[in-house]
Parts: sequence; structure tokens; C-alpha cells
Amino acid sequence: MTFFDLARRNTERHMFRSALAIIGIVIGVVAIASMGVLGNSINLMVGDVVSDVGDTIIVSPAVGGGGIFGGGGASTGLSERQVEDIRRAIGTNRAIPVITGADRMMVGATTGGVMIYAMHAEDIPYLLEKESGAYLKETAAACMIGKGLADSWKDEGLKLGSRIRIGDETLRVVGILEERGMSFDVNPDHAIVVPHRWYSDRYETDEYDQVIVKVRNVNDIDAVKDAIDERMNRRDDVVNVMDTRRILESITSMYESVTLFLMGIGAISLLVAGVSILNVMMMSVTERTREIGVLRSIGTRRNELMRIFIYEALILGTIGAVVGGILSFGGGYLMTGVFLGDSTYLFNPTSLLYIAFGMSFGVGTSVLCGLYPAWKAAKLNPIQALRHE
Amino acid sequence: MAVIQFQDVTKVYPLPAGDVVALDGVSLDIDSGEFVSIMGPSGSGKSTLLNIMGSLDVPTSGDVYISGSRIGVMNDDELTLLRRDHIGFIFQHFNLIPLLSAVENVEYPMILRGRKTEARKRAVEVLAAVGLEESLYTHKPNELSGGQQQRVAIARALVNEPDFLLCDEPTGNLDTKTGTGIMNLLSRMNDGGTTVIVVTHDPRMTEYSNRTISIVDGRLA
Ligand SMILES: Nc1ncnc2c1ncn2[C@@H]1O[C@H](COP(=O)(O)OP(=O)(O)OP(=O)(O)O)[C@@H](O)[C@H]1O
Ligand SMILES: [Mg+2]
Repeated sequence: MTFFDLARRNTERHMFRSALAIIGIVIGVVAIASMGVLGNSINLMVGDVVSDVGDTIIVSPAVGGGGIFGGGGASTGLSERQVEDIRRAIGTNRAIPVITGADRMMVGATTGGVMIYAMHAEDIPYLLEKESGAYLKETAAACMIGKGLADSWKDEGLKLGSRIRIGDETLRVVGILEERGMSFDVNPDHAIVVPHRWYSDRYETDEYDQVIVKVRNVNDIDAVKDAIDERMNRRDDVVNVMDTRRILESITSMYESVTLFLMGIGAISLLVAGVSILNVMMMSVTERTREIGVLRSIGTRRNELMRIFIYEALILGTIGAVVGGILSFGGGYLMTGVFLGDSTYLFNPTSLLYIAFGMSFGVGTSVLCGLYPAWKAAKLNPIQALRHE
Repeated sequence: MAVIQFQDVTKVYPLPAGDVVALDGVSLDIDSGEFVSIMGPSGSGKSTLLNIMGSLDVPTSGDVYISGSRIGVMNDDELTLLRRDHIGFIFQHFNLIPLLSAVENVEYPMILRGRKTEARKRAVEVLAAVGLEESLYTHKPNELSGGQQQRVAIARALVNEPDFLLCDEPTGNLDTKTGTGIMNLLSRMNDGGTTVIVVTHDPRMTEYSNRTISIVDGRLA
């Protein structure tokens, strides 16, 4: 028999009341933990899906094109001259101009829509990894295809060496690209990549949609961006200059605030739970006034008495936190499953950290809310407490 | 040797309507081994006197020595330890701890003193001495009769071998026969050397004691 036993027995004596207080803590912990897990999983997923390493600058025509007086008629692409200007601005770093298009393609007897990226053949190895086959030659009527496209058109016979018909032209598949994931520059997984010359001949265009700049030294990113900006946007905002790391950062920070917000909601519900613990404990102190008087008169010191009550809060909080932790594992599994369609992020250490955080927050809140009633109990005058009916 | 010494003790309760003088110049000595009854009309100051003897309260003026310590200058923790180590309390309403079984109630003061390992053996010993049936040791207080509860309370008061027992109307909630049993028990403990101080309304109880202190309006009569 110890102070802890006394506390435990008191929580057992009022099973129903204790259970209610515990349920409050459980809800709070589950809210915090599963919100945290959800937010964190979103964050992890964004980090996984977005493959850019941060050495990339994307230059695209400014929205609205051609500044204030540009108006509707102005071109919406980047001209060969502008690309040359960009090349001059970036020194020895590589500029990869890209045209993005779409058309209908025919493989065997099947037709379907497809995204087309046109690039200068010599640039392609700098941007895209090849899984099998060969890279393109500028003069050939050939293409490389994304891994996703190859997989989804497998049954139609799309493979290395196949022929793809676009309009009345035929492209031979000479290479298959490695899966690349989602990205801010190009997303060729479900697209075909063709030589720039073939594309500009067929579609009669000499403008690019974007120029991807690969920076050799990541530390130069800001300097290179500034250089492009200075050369291109001297009078009007002709181009947008973005670097992928900044985009990634802003997306990440947005999701972090979402996580924080969700967890804030959890914290409020935990606060409510804390108040219910406070309430339960105050009731306990009032009801046990006489018992407290007895404990004090037969030699229980103030801090020992406080311990009994704090243990009580600790027991309620710990049970609530453990149950809540287990449930938030389930809750996190469900939420990530429902919202993200993928629960594996739940088992990531940082996700588990959020559960641990929710649990300790639950215990902490309980003990904190137990402090005041415990202090109240310890402050009671033993004579008056003994007289209490 | 005096276990309790009062020297010109005054206790005043300051109230908005005016001070209430509960004790007024009380001097007394209680020696080790005595059995003392304290009698007096309602409101005469018996409980106030007992609270100070029990170091639950301190005097407004005058000196009080309990087991050799001057309680007027002690802080709350020191007073608490004095109660724990030197004083046994027996209440009119038994006041056992409802969450603990009979034997655990008796163990509790020993555990407070850190004597956990010997607690069970000693508790059983003392419970046997106060005449509680062994089958009742594990019962909770609400499963015991008044007389049985008071026996457990006496065992709890005795377990740390206090310098004296303070009993505030120990038979007040018991029928005559059970009350007599309790008084006989206290008397037997006194024969064994325990100092006993009993506050009572009942003149018959004074038969057990070897000295009666009468108090009227806060003064010894
Ligand atoms: N905490 C207190 N505050 C104010 N006055 C008090 C307090 N305790 C006791 N008194 C007053 O002191 C006087 C003595 O009270 P005390 O309780 O010692 O009497 P008593 O002899 O024990 O009476 P009873 O036989 O009814 O228990 C009474 O006038 C009472 O009103
Ligand atoms: Mg009284």
C-alpha cells in the first residue's frame, strides 16, 4: 500500500466519473495525434512525390504576356532570342528550352490523347533518366516514352521499337524513360518526348513554353535567378523565374501550418478534457474533505497529500493517453487511408513522434489540471476538514 | 515525566463580531502513564484544548510543550511529523480511511514513517491486541460495525507507539455495551503503559480515569 495505491483506488471507487474524464483525454489525444499524423503524412507525401532536388530554375512567360500594353495579341511563349538571352545570363549553367503540347496518338488500332514534350536532343540526358533503349537524335523521327505510359499502353503493344502514329506521321519508340514522379518542371511519366526539330516542323512553332535551368552549384541558385531576372525583366515582367526549392518550401510550409492548425483543434479538445479532470478532482477533494482531515491529522504531510492527488490525475491522464495513443494509431491509419489513399506514412518515425507528442500532451494536461485540486487539498486546515460532514 | 505541558495558554478566535476566547490562561501537566478525562459543558473549550494537545493547532499565547517540543514555533511539516511520530488520535466518528482495509488502515501510519517492510506484521499484532477478529482484517471500514471500526482506529492510533492517545468522545457513536468494551480496551492499554486522554460528556467515563480535568468557559475548574 502506497500513495499511488490510494490514488488508484480512488479512481476505481468512482469508475464512471473516472471513465468520463479518461474519455475526454482520449478524445483530446486522438485529435492531436491523428491530426498530427495526417498533416505529417501529407507533408511526407508531398516530399516523396515531388522529386526535384532543388537545383532547378524554371523560366516561363509572365502571366498576361508582354506587360501592361501587351494585350491579347502578344505571344505567350519564349522566343529563340529570349532563350539566347537566358543562356547569356546563366553563364556555364545549362538551359533546357521545352515545348509542351498534346495530341492524339495511335498505337496499333488504339487511339488516345497524349502529352508531348519537345526538347533539343542534346539536352535530354541532362533532364531525364533513361531506363532502356537510347536517347533521341535531333534529326530522327523518334520518341522516348514515359514509364507510366509504357505500362498503361502495354496491352496495346506499346514497347521499345513500337511505332506511334500522330496524325499522318510515325514516330519510332527508341527509349523508355525512368519513372520520375511529380515535378514542377516536366512530368514525362505519362508523356512522350520528341526532338525539337520534329515538333517545330510538324506544329510550325518556334516558341518555347518554358526554359529549365539546371544549376551546377546549388548555392548559385539565387545569383543565377537574379541574373536572369535582371536581363529579361529590365522594363517589363517578361518572364517568371522560380526555383523549385522555393516552391517546395512554400508548399511544405503551407502543409505545416495546416498540420499546426489541425493540432490546435486537437489541443483545444484536450484543454476541455483537462477542465473535466480539474472538475473531477475538485469534486474528489470536496467529497473527501474529511478524509483529507484524517490523513493530515494522523501525520500525512502536505506534499505527501498533494502526491496522492497528483497521482490520481496522472493515472487518469496515463490511461487516457495510452488508450488515445492506440486509437490514434487506428485513427491515423483511417484518416491517411481515406484522405491520402496510403497509410504507410503512419509508420514513419515522425508520424509516430506526433502520436508520442499527443500522448505526452495528454498526460501533461492531466497532471497540470490535477495540480490545483491537489494544492487545494494540501492547503485545507485539518481541524476544519475533520469537522466537515 | 510530562508528555504534555500547558503554561498559561490562551486561544483566541478572532471573529468579525468580536474575539472568542476559547481557552483562557490554561496551565496543566499530563504525565506519562496517566489516564485523564476532560469534561465540561458544550462550548467550554474541550475540543480546542484537544486540538492544541494534538498539535493540530497552536496557542495564541502561552507555551505548549508536546513530547518535549514547543509547538508555538513549529511549522506545518514539523507539527505534522510530531503528530505522526508521537500522538495517536481516536475520533468520535472513527474516521478510518474508506479506501483501505482494516489492516491497511493500521499499516498506514507505519508506511508514513517509512517502515513498510515490518508494517503488515506489526499491524496484525496490534489488531490482535485490540481484539479484532482475524477474519475482519481485510474488510473495508463500511463492512465493519461501529465497535469494530473503533477497535481498528485504536489499533491505528497505537501502531507507531505514540507518547499518548487523544480520544475525542470515543464512545459517542456507540451503544452503551460496545462503548464499555472500548473503554475497557483503552483502560487495558493504559495498564500496559499507554498515556490516555479522553474528552467526554459522559460522567460515567471518568470512572476509568485516574484524573479528571474540568473546563468551563475556557478555564480549568
Ligand atoms: N474555528 C473556530 N472559529 C471561531 N470560533 C471557534 C472555533 N472553534 C471553536 N470556536 C469557539 O470556541 C469556543 C470553544 O469551542 P470548542 O469547540 O472548543 O468547545 P467544546 O467544549 O468542544 O464544545 P462541544 O462539547 O460542543 O464539542 C466556542 O465558543 C466555539 O464557538
Ligand atoms: Mg467539541
